[in-house]
Amino acid sequence: MTIPSPASLTGFWAAAAMIAAIVLCSTTGEVLTAAAMKSVGDLDEIRAHSGLTGAIHAVLTCPLFFAGVGFLALAFFSLLFALNHLNLSLVAPASASLTLVTNAIAGKIFLKENVDRRRWTAAVLVCIGVYLLAH
Amino acid sequence: MAHERLLPRQYMILGLVAICAPLGDTCLSRGMTKLPAISLAHPATLIAAVFTPWIAFGIALLIGFFASYLTALSWADLTYVLPATAFGNVIVALLARFWLQEPISLERWAGIVLITVGVGFVAHGPSLTERPEAALAAQPAAQIAEEQPQ
Repeated sequence: MTIPSPASLTGFWAAAAMIAAIVLCSTTGEVLTAAAMKSVGDLDEIRAHSGLTGAIHAVLTCPLFFAGVGFLALAFFSLLFALNHLNLSLVAPASASLTLVTNAIAGKIFLKENVDRRRWTAAVLVCIGVYLLAH
Repeated sequence: MAHERLLPRQYMILGLVAICAPLGDTCLSRGMTKLPAISLAHPATLIAAVFTPWIAFGIALLIGFFASYLTALSWADLTYVLPATAFGNVIVALLARFWLQEPISLERWAGIVLITVGVGFVAHGPSLTERPEAALAAQPAAQIAEEQPQ
């Protein structure tokens, strides 16, 4: 059995931390954006009643929306930072597939969504599929 | 109200989410690789890059993606929208195979099959979680009065 050197161990934990930062920021951003859109209501109906300006106004006056976009921007910059240190073939599939699973967990806990067996199966299948496709 | 079946217009919005994001990323990638290397010492060159045709088209597609994504989240659950729109990855892989003639490995074909099956799974379920208060709001007032004890 080979014992990993301290340098490679640091490299592993640094890579894990970078990918975790992307996944965490992305999941927080997605959940906040989803919560914002649920509080705004059906955009198609708002557009039918108040026009496109009314729909844009409804979205832009929701503070949760800006919090969500802020975290999505953080996720984007975390991705850029990770791509500066790690290979795209590691960062892209790992972050994209892990985000699907963390979103399912966060959706169930924070958004109280009904994540039944069907949705868990779909999330896991798509997660493995995205990993295989992007690897 | 739980949306058991989406309207054709709503399927179109999900389709736009699925297609605009990967196509937008592809346009950005194509535009950025055509440019000479940009150094952090000259960040203003990034602003000039925004006005090149491929990058401008990529940004327009990503704006379309975000607008469709927000619309989808206003009538469907996050845990429905994300797997359902992952089909865009399959579309890009198939375009790469049949349009750009890029080879696809066995692993990638397996990924395409898994995503397709996963999307099929989630698309057959309800798109929105039924909440008691929402169901009560949708119930006619007369029916609620009938159910109340005298």
